[in-house]
Amino acid sequence: MDSVSIVAMASIITAGICMGIGAIGPGLGQGRAVQGALNSIAQQPDERNSLTRTLFVGLAMIESIAIYCFVISMILVFANPFWAYVIKKAGG
Amino acid sequence: MEIVAIDQISPDQVILFAWGFVTINATLAYTWLIMGLLVVGSIVITRDLSSERTLSRWQNLLEVIVGTIRSEIRDIAHEGTDTYFPFIATLFLFILFSNLFTFIPGYVAPTSSLTTTAALAIMVFFAVPMYGISKNGVLEYLKEYFRPTFIFFPFHVMGEFSRTLALAVRLFGNLMSHEKVIAILLAVTPLFFPVVMQVLGLLIGLIQAYIFAILAMVYIASATQTHEETEHKKIKETEPVNS
Repeated sequence: MDSVSIVAMASIITAGICMGIGAIGPGLGQGRAVQGALNSIAQQPDERNSLTRTLFVGLAMIESIAIYCFVISMILVFANPFWAYVIKKAGG
Repeated sequence: MEIVAIDQISPDQVILFAWGFVTINATLAYTWLIMGLLVVGSIVITRDLSSERTLSRWQNLLEVIVGTIRSEIRDIAHEGTDTYFPFIATLFLFILFSNLFTFIPGYVAPTSSLTTTAALAIMVFFAVPMYGISKNGVLEYLKEYFRPTFIFFPFHVMGEFSRTLALAVRLFGNLMSHEKVIAILLAVTPLFFPVVMQVLGLLIGLIQAYIFAILAMVYIASATQTHEETEHKKIKETEPVNS
């Protein structure tokens, strides 16, 4: 197998693995966060506003980990820096 | 109609107009559109304000928006609402409108480009020390980096940079992923499902604008409120003596 197809294969497989594994942790974390927030709202409905705000901020923090993984997969698939390098090497 | 092809990761790559070294890409054009819309809209609405019992419906809308943002800021900052209001509200309204217009065909959100979100995050990056210094003074602000001990200095500095990066990449990633998901769904199930995702995208855009503004406010509040906390503690310590 030449180097172009190796880089292409590695990029695509790595993008899939990165997104797949990277979604596990934030998924579990967001589930726990929402569970805790719902329990607290059920116990203290008066504090709903500040709980909801904190929940959203926390969810955004957790979610950003998954977003990093997604951005890296997107870079690997659409804007791969190694891809241009390999094409240049193979062409020239 | 999608003007960003599926293999283009940001609207920066869509060149609308090029003349010599002047290049207008889609991000720039739509940023100007949103800016113009916000400025002209605000000027037109605030041109004839009334304090009567009857007010125009646009003034009512603007009052609701401004009042909500003010109360949200007051919940976090507790005081000095009017100092933070222009910056936070501008961030919120700009991101909100650029996210919400994604349902218009041919429009691409300027916030789905990393350059725009990086610019917004860098604004927050510089606004935090500005507000902190103007509130507490340079020494008190710099002391914050050495709390609780001087060992924490590199972690504080690292935190400043990483949260700026996180702000930029979070907004960009959410908007860009939403665009790509819709483009992929259009190719797979063209008729109904993309519409549902567009509706979800409105919610995502609203939440992301809210989160960006709230996080900026939380960062500013954490830089400005440390001094007050020590003051509160002093008051609490002296209160029993006085009474």
